[in-house]
Amino acid sequence: MTAFVSVTILGLIMIFLIKEGLPIFSHVSVKEFIFGKFWYPTDDPPAYGIFPLIVGTFSVTLLSTVISVPLGVMSAIYIAEIARERLAAIAKPMVELLASIPSVVVGFFGMVVVSPFLQDTFDIPSGLNLFNAALMLAFMAVPTICSVTEDALRSVPKSLREGSLALGATHLETIARITVPAAVSGISTAVILGMSRAVGETMVVLMVAGGAAMSPSSIFDPVRPMPASIAAEMGEAPFGAEHYNALFATGVVLFLFTLVFNVCAARIARRYKR
Amino acid sequence: MNRIERSLTGIEENDPGNPKFLIRNLQFYYEEVQALFDINLDIFPQKVTALIGPSGCGKSTFLRCLNRMNDLISGARAQGEVLLDGENILSRQLDVVSLRRRIGMVFQKPNPFPKSIFENVAYGLRITGVKDKAYMAAHVEKSLKLAALWDEVKDRLHAPATSLSGGQQQRLCIARALAVEPEVLLMDEPASALDPIATLKIEELIHELKQKYTIVIVTHNMQQAARVSDTTAFFCMGKLIEVNSTDIMFTRPKDKQTEDYITGRFG
Repeated sequence: MTAFVSVTILGLIMIFLIKEGLPIFSHVSVKEFIFGKFWYPTDDPPAYGIFPLIVGTFSVTLLSTVISVPLGVMSAIYIAEIARERLAAIAKPMVELLASIPSVVVGFFGMVVVSPFLQDTFDIPSGLNLFNAALMLAFMAVPTICSVTEDALRSVPKSLREGSLALGATHLETIARITVPAAVSGISTAVILGMSRAVGETMVVLMVAGGAAMSPSSIFDPVRPMPASIAAEMGEAPFGAEHYNALFATGVVLFLFTLVFNVCAARIARRYKR
Repeated sequence: MNRIERSLTGIEENDPGNPKFLIRNLQFYYEEVQALFDINLDIFPQKVTALIGPSGCGKSTFLRCLNRMNDLISGARAQGEVLLDGENILSRQLDVVSLRRRIGMVFQKPNPFPKSIFENVAYGLRITGVKDKAYMAAHVEKSLKLAALWDEVKDRLHAPATSLSGGQQQRLCIARALAVEPEVLLMDEPASALDPIATLKIEELIHELKQKYTIVIVTHNMQQAARVSDTTAFFCMGKLIEVNSTDIMFTRPKDKQTEDYITGRFG
């Protein structure tokens, strides 16, 4: 019953998204919309190319993954395999507490602490950029990655560890060659869940990504990921206008991305389960 | 049991040489609970020593003292002496990793790694730093042959180990343990999860292997102990009640408890 309700609601949201987004394609072709290099929705004539927004989303997600995966996975290994019980009992809730920080607070931290720091340290015109956003998103993805990875490691049977140790492997060899490979499906799921969190996150990228709708050429360039664009512009786009439709179409693209992510996660989890 | 008592029980009749393990006054505790009381036992090379006794009697705990697997349990500690070729392996200075290379272990439930058949056997060599591919392949083949598994798997060495049957998995685990060329093989109820035919194969294998290795086997199965072992030790409530040659143990046990257990009156 509840499953039916949620599936219906999901279906309705999709229909609504598509219905509101579709009319934009009478003004621009799908190809122009997705690969168009200019996003000037309020210019005359307006340009609706979301390619810079897609690149923005991708670059931020990718960079934040590069930062958060090693941190998250290694903390999980430490908590699950290395730390003594008492220490793990302290470290684990602390990592999970990170997840409970509201995203607007993370964004604020990025604006007032990290941004000036980046400006001074790297001598760049603005600290609100791709790198800052990726850093803040990584901050938010680490708890997810860490706790899912930790569960995956803990579900590796003790008998495998014992088998390895009984052959004269050291503790670290056992972790690197047996425990982590045996948990790889869970770890991949963790990584993808962390990434999907970063893809859809709005507030942080709105506040610290810099907001320029252009393809970045360095990690210190400002970007405008899709969610930030939608959130920033929806208020000023007149209901039913082209701009309004274009934002919905952007939403559809974003939705497709997260869908692909989740399907990948499910697939990987299933493949390794066998 | 000391030498004099042993000669009285008749073990002395064919002296098997120096014992591989000399266990003296071994006490073992989980936290405050004592699990083993004052164990004295000699384990001889090229012999199969069976440890029997009711569940929870400490036979597995004892087995795990012999390769320090109990180190993994927090709050566990052992006192006394376990001498392997004269060296006390309970000593803190002992290098546990090299100890475990000398003493292979086969577990109750087959626990192949989620890798290919080949990689399972090669694992022990890889961690010792063997890189030479030809040597590795030859050694894996040799180990699989020793474990009487080669003919069944030679055409699918790169299939996942989990695709094997339970009995094959257990022989794979034996091959994996043999690949690092241990001196002793500890077996913790190696056939308890297997069907009778697979069990028979493991028992035949034990017969073959004892030519080269010292084997200590924990078993719940009286017939199995009688079939495979040379010496049998009976544990009860953490104490070693009786140890004797298997023939005598199963025909003329000295101790009333042993007799009751063997004849199936308890346990």
